[in-house]
Amino acid sequence: MNAPLHAVSGLGGDATSGRVATGALDTTHGAVLYLEDITVSFDGFKALDGLSLSIDVGELRCVIGPNGAGKTTMMDVITGKTRADRGSAFFGQTIDLARLSEAEIAHAGIGRKFQKPTVFEQHTVFENLELAMKADKRVRRTLFARLASEEHDRIAAMLALIRLADAADRVAGLLSHGQKQWLEIGMLLMQEPRLLLLDEPVAGMSDEETERTAELFLSLAGKHSLVVVEHDMAFVGKIARKVTVLHEGSVLAEGQMEQVQNDARVIEVYLGR
Amino acid sequence: MNVGPISSTITRLYGPRGWIAIGVCAALLFVVVPLLNLAVPAGNPLYVSAYWVTLIGKIMCYAIVAIAMDLVWGYTGILSLGHGLFFALGGYAFGMYLMRQIGADGQYRVNMPDFMVFLDWKAFPWQWWNSDQFWWAMLLVVLVPGLLALVFGYFAFRSRIKGVYFSIITQALTFAAMLLFFRNNTGFGGNNGFTDFKRILGFPITTPVTRMVLFAITGAALIGTLLLARAIVTSKTGRVLTAIRDAEARVMFCGYNTLHYKLFVWTLSAVLCGIAGALYVPQVGIINPSEMSPANSIEIAIWVAVGGRGTLVGAIVGAFVVNGAKSFFTQAFPEYWLYVLGASFILVTLFLPQGLVGLARRWRGRVSAPAATRVASAEGAGAFRAAGS
Repeated sequence: MNAPLHAVSGLGGDATSGRVATGALDTTHGAVLYLEDITVSFDGFKALDGLSLSIDVGELRCVIGPNGAGKTTMMDVITGKTRADRGSAFFGQTIDLARLSEAEIAHAGIGRKFQKPTVFEQHTVFENLELAMKADKRVRRTLFARLASEEHDRIAAMLALIRLADAADRVAGLLSHGQKQWLEIGMLLMQEPRLLLLDEPVAGMSDEETERTAELFLSLAGKHSLVVVEHDMAFVGKIARKVTVLHEGSVLAEGQMEQVQNDARVIEVYLGR
Repeated sequence: MNVGPISSTITRLYGPRGWIAIGVCAALLFVVVPLLNLAVPAGNPLYVSAYWVTLIGKIMCYAIVAIAMDLVWGYTGILSLGHGLFFALGGYAFGMYLMRQIGADGQYRVNMPDFMVFLDWKAFPWQWWNSDQFWWAMLLVVLVPGLLALVFGYFAFRSRIKGVYFSIITQALTFAAMLLFFRNNTGFGGNNGFTDFKRILGFPITTPVTRMVLFAITGAALIGTLLLARAIVTSKTGRVLTAIRDAEARVMFCGYNTLHYKLFVWTLSAVLCGIAGALYVPQVGIINPSEMSPANSIEIAIWVAVGGRGTLVGAIVGAFVVNGAKSFFTQAFPEYWLYVLGASFILVTLFLPQGLVGLARRWRGRVSAPAATRVASAEGAGAFRAAGS
């Protein structure tokens, strides 16, 4: 990794530059995210069933599990897209995610990458990063916003990091699938989040791109907390420190990669197939 | 660190050519047409008759509405099929003032609008409070459409009503308002609406000079609307709006409260329509509930689709082309007009997803185009696609 990471991904100090002051993130107990007994059901089907999980500050956690295990629903609950029927979700000690809207959660410091890469296809790569950049995002401020040279430099540094400097003026819809994935990761980092949720970040990437993504994530861990949902076991094996296996909406196993891989129940529901 | 060529986004209003074009239009509207109408004798071949002044003035009002529509539809992806309501409300708000200016010169020689005398009303209903004041009328022109749009938009956008569902609700809204305004009890002249205006600010309303002043004010309003809309779409807010159109969820997860952005552009659009309606009524001389008919609002969307969504200039072009064709056909072949309108909409939808402006740009072969041309280009599908997705 030759790009200067520190220039673009320093820890965002306050999380209150948005519309609503959500209070500072309090991580004195070492955890950045607590999920406790989360249950979500759709028409009687329990997508999440008493899920409890906690993510430490600076941790890189991989979440795996068969289709329908509730991985994406878990991200929906954390980011405010879906409300839990039961249980609590806290960001740090004090921020109750159930009370905040999607935009407020984003401001509090949680960034999310979708399963299907979602970038602004009609905007240029540069504009995509500009829109994502941490700023006062209220209408009135945005209306008169001018790009400061320091902000310009931050976008330039991010373009270098995600290796899209030559494509800065290209419309994002024309990028390859892997490039879109990288652009979306770049957009997340521009928000300076404390916690990144990454849903299948290497889907559709070439081997080389996957390799570089692994390097990137490993370099981000420590400065940010990351939750990576991924099916590509080779990729998980490369980056995993601690792995959580979901099955039918709750945690089946948790621990080091080898430990989880040798767990009989895990082999039965997932790895063995 | 060398990061290669990085350019910023378009932030300027218009390039030199754009400003020259605007300057030429301004000269035509403020100098050439007034001279040819007022100073050239009627028999001269260069004479511009009152018919043309009124027609162009009217279409300029429509062009303001079309720009307002383009802001919400072309740029933000919200297809309104009820913009005729905001236009009509602005027209009614100003029409009340014009009715009061008639004074005692109506049929019944009483200082009250004829329809009230006819209905045997003894006093003005509450809606008419202060309606003889010009400043109050101006205020209503902006506030009534603006507040209605704000309240309606708040509930619709907060409930995350989108696409075709939103369009249908706006149709229902304008239809409901039309039925309300048809009733005599509503206090706005029932199905006859307001007409027979005599004066505006004390000046007789039908004289050539008054007509020309209204024409020039409308022209100034149109140019002002274009520049305002252009300033918005080239700002960061404009980029957020198009981002909402293309991937609203991503915009929310970026930390933008999309409700506020949609409310902003939606309410602004309604206010612009109200102003256009207020300029329209004194020039055309009548306002009645048929302005709120669902078909009128659909026609607004057709102007924008024909001219080219997401281009602003296309909205003006569309308003002039469609309404120019309308005044030609309704005189020459009145029975065929609706077929022509429908056919042109289908043809544009199928073959010109970027409208006439897109076609012109393609002919000029400008491939590496500025932000505006990118709009709606990649889709290539129907005109309703942006709203329906």
